[in-house]
Amino acid sequence: MSEELHDVRLTVNGATHDIRVPARRLLSDALRHDLKLTGTHVGCEHGVCGACTILVDGEPMRACLMFAVSAVDHEITTVEGLADEDGTLSPVQQAFAECHGLQCGFCTPGFLTTITAGLEANPCPTHDEAREMIAGNLCRCTGYQNIVKAVERAAVLRQAQEPA
Amino acid sequence: MKPAPFDYRRPGTLAEAVASLAGEPNAKVLAGGQSLVPLLSMRLAAPSLLVDINGISGLDRIEVCEQQGVDGVRVGALARHAAVLASPDVRRVQPLVPMALAHVAHATIRNRGTTVGSLVHADAAAEMPVVLTLLGGHLEVEGPAGRRTIHADDLYIGPLESALSHDEIAVAAFFPALAPGAGVGFEEIARRHGDYALVGAAALVDGDSVKVGYLSVSDVPTVVDLSGVADADLGEAALEKLEPMSDIHATAAYRSQLVRVLTERVVRSVRKAA
Repeated sequence: MSEELHDVRLTVNGATHDIRVPARRLLSDALRHDLKLTGTHVGCEHGVCGACTILVDGEPMRACLMFAVSAVDHEITTVEGLADEDGTLSPVQQAFAECHGLQCGFCTPGFLTTITAGLEANPCPTHDEAREMIAGNLCRCTGYQNIVKAVERAAVLRQAQEPA
Repeated sequence: MKPAPFDYRRPGTLAEAVASLAGEPNAKVLAGGQSLVPLLSMRLAAPSLLVDINGISGLDRIEVCEQQGVDGVRVGALARHAAVLASPDVRRVQPLVPMALAHVAHATIRNRGTTVGSLVHADAAAEMPVVLTLLGGHLEVEGPAGRRTIHADDLYIGPLESALSHDEIAVAAFFPALAPGAGVGFEEIARRHGDYALVGAAALVDGDSVKVGYLSVSDVPTVVDLSGVADADLGEAALEKLEPMSDIHATAAYRSQLVRVLTERVVRSVRKAA
């Protein structure tokens, strides 16, 4: 007996994609395998590591803890959608580059999405708030000090961008 | 690390959702999925059918209301932890709810996970089941025979086991309001913030009445009445009524010590805030 397939329309980084997948297709796998958006990384695949964090209607969520069939009716943003169309890095991406906020880079997409939403909600985090913002993401290179610096640098870059 | 195949329905109404569950004893309801999806991915659970209630409108409401003659706050089945935590109404009516929610996983998980889902998942290591039990709240449940309420005292049967029947859907949870003059507190110890607590304690102090609820101590949320106990004896008095478990995370002896420390700490925090 072949598995039932579902027609699913996903809106990712402003583009709509129609895919046909089994209900058990994790959203992380739909993004990577069906849409070929491999920027979203899959680490633990049970919600602990945060590497697969994407933005769902602007809020960070774990792509590995959602099914693609359940992601209809939402605007999804992956790490590929953070930079400007001309390739200009977003303030968070720029801050990671400046502060050496990544080493192997595996966890980075989840940090970038999480911090992008975090600074949207709290544009001027204190040092403790910057640490709390990334508390749900793991970096096995243990590069946390520079990631926290990147959060604080990104807050400055964002504010410089704000129209006066 | 991929779920086993399952059938999937995404009904638009509660009636359709209940109808979908009929005759499917191995079906599961999908709300936030933050506990369910890992269980599926690790194949610790393999339901025949998932009934996704995320397409049903109106289930995400959070409202201050009166039920069964009691004032309180009603939290709908699709209200995300983050929305409940941010609700000024909830904070004003029953501050224990946001106190405990701040300890539920991390913000990213709270953006998707639902408070009602956490209640019916019935994990004794989770914060919200013990909060509902301590406050004497209840769950509204819809099934083929209509709607019924399950009082928190009757809700938790065993590890990850609630009194919901397989063909019922939890529609909302009701947390009674904090009585004037009463106080609440919440404390827990986890290896890392956001992890499951090794032990957690929630306190409700109202005049001479002192009740403390414990998570991660037994295999169901457990509330102990400590009314009339001298402050210095709170921890020992609580331990007389508890049997802390040993597991991979902590020994029974260590949990007992955490019960002593947290019981005193949480009751003191309530008195200090009063």
